[in-house]
Amino acid sequence: MRPAMPEHRLRQSLESVQGARRPPPRAAPAIEFVGVHKWYGAFQVLRDIRLAVDPGERVVVCGPSGSGKSTLIRCVNRLEEHQKGTIRVNGVELTASLKQTDRVRREVGMVFQQFNLFPHLTVLENCALAPVWAEGVKRPEAEERAHALLAKVKIADQAHKYPSQLSGGQQQRVAIARALCMNPKIMLFDEPTSALDPEMVKEVLDTMTALASEGMTMIVVTHEMGFARRVADKVVFMDNGEIVEASDPEEFFTAPRQERARQFLSQLLR
Amino acid sequence: MTILLEGARLAQPKPERWRVAAADLFSSPVNAAVTVVVAGVIVVALWQFARWAVFDAAWSGGPEACRARSGACWPFVRSNAQLMVFGVYPQDLLWRPAVSLVLMAGVGVASMIPRLWSAPLALAWAAVPAAVCILLSGAFFGRPVSTNEWGGLPLTLLVWMIAFAGAFVVAVPLALARRSKMGGLRTAAIILIELVRGVPMLVALYVSRFIVPMMAPAFEVNLFVSVETALILFVASYLAEIIRAGLQSLPRGQTEAASALGLSYWRMTQLVLLPQALRAVIPALVNLGIGVLLSTPLVAVIGMTDFLSAVREAASHEQEWPGCYTTAYFVAGLVFFSICFIASRYSRWLERRLRAAGHA
Repeated sequence: MRPAMPEHRLRQSLESVQGARRPPPRAAPAIEFVGVHKWYGAFQVLRDIRLAVDPGERVVVCGPSGSGKSTLIRCVNRLEEHQKGTIRVNGVELTASLKQTDRVRREVGMVFQQFNLFPHLTVLENCALAPVWAEGVKRPEAEERAHALLAKVKIADQAHKYPSQLSGGQQQRVAIARALCMNPKIMLFDEPTSALDPEMVKEVLDTMTALASEGMTMIVVTHEMGFARRVADKVVFMDNGEIVEASDPEEFFTAPRQERARQFLSQLLR
Repeated sequence: MTILLEGARLAQPKPERWRVAAADLFSSPVNAAVTVVVAGVIVVALWQFARWAVFDAAWSGGPEACRARSGACWPFVRSNAQLMVFGVYPQDLLWRPAVSLVLMAGVGVASMIPRLWSAPLALAWAAVPAAVCILLSGAFFGRPVSTNEWGGLPLTLLVWMIAFAGAFVVAVPLALARRSKMGGLRTAAIILIELVRGVPMLVALYVSRFIVPMMAPAFEVNLFVSVETALILFVASYLAEIIRAGLQSLPRGQTEAASALGLSYWRMTQLVLLPQALRAVIPALVNLGIGVLLSTPLVAVIGMTDFLSAVREAASHEQEWPGCYTTAYFVAGLVFFSICFIASRYSRWLERRLRAAGHA
């Protein structure tokens, strides 16, 4: 397991997370998968995915590698296309329509395993780029927004450096700030800590925990089971392209219903 | 462990350079023999060159002085400099090509300063060739001079500059089309690129000068225009492949991150992909630029008096300055070499600088 949070910080973030749990019941789901299938050629990567994520809900997706979890969240902003079924994001259905796709992408932020910062731009320019060119915000305003969010991820003093001058943890926090600069309603995290040195995992998870405590709708693909347990409202376990189990984190970690989930957990917690 | 070793190595006195070199060059009898032979050849060649360029050369006087000496004829260069540099451009209007040279050199130097890389510089690359065309032709302001009378170094640089700048405008869409998901567009781009790359530049020039007007006689095409059309297409097909290679070298995550942020295809290409792709291929770009500059003398075969033909023209006045071809070609070679040498040193410096900045 990763080094634990200091006790008081842990309690603090736990409280704030619990305080913000689930907004008033039964708003329209933020993300909805209905019978989604996807193939790479003859190989089926997603099988009959049914999943609804409510606004403000925090979902952790886990499962063995190759189980389709990354593909699942990459379908939410159409980095991957699904071949069958329906995906709706904030009520907008994802189709071949570029207009719909762009609309969804502006509302959905994404953080990648490899950070994917733009190496030829400074940290500040990385953050201000999309607001200026995709949203049409004036540059001074975009930079002001970028400064504020960089301060929020505790990296304000690095604004004028290039990504290659930062540590992995810092780069990933910049990537989070960059996504937040578009004021997204939903954040997707695709194994955000898997490429980091162990000592940098915590700073990134802390940032994500803080974000969760503000009520951001999040889907997080991760192997950080401690994070899942602390922050998630729902844990989705995938194997072989299908959702095997979707349950409350306490239940999932203490008494998983499915044998495959049990096996997976026992390997992780070895 | 490594640190200790490093320390030990640092502590050792550094052997002198020539000692290392000598040890390498004479490490075995065969090596020693090769070294001696090569050194001998170099010394003889240098001595021959020095005799030609310095000791046996005529340094002053007129054609008679040159006739009396067996080496280079430097007075010829002095008295023919104007013809060599400006070709057959009207004598009384030489300020026009002179100003043109300065303008183009200015853009060249400005382009070498990374801090100036911005929209105004790109604009200058379009504006300066246009201004030079106006200057040389005298359009809008003075006595018109036909393109047939343009010549010399300004013409060579102008031809090169338009060919390269124009090729960029064509090559970027071509490279993008070649990577496009739309099959028809991609096929068209591949056909164009492979077709043009498949012929020698000379053939491209001939086709555009003689075959195209034959097929479409309605177009009365100016020599300069047909030369530039051929060169732009020719250079663009090579440039497109270089740019494509640059785009290909970018990790897929860059496209994904830009898409996920909601940037449109064009914004992503303009702001994220191309700046990185072009940086990645700077050495290849400089290489191509040098190659194109050195190929420009080919335009002479369809009747343009470029720098090299102006030099040849100057040397061809046999009755006045006999036997000055060697001297003339030497000077032409020196000019081409200087430009290309500066360009290649610059490219190396730039690569190192971009790598040092860590965002190459």
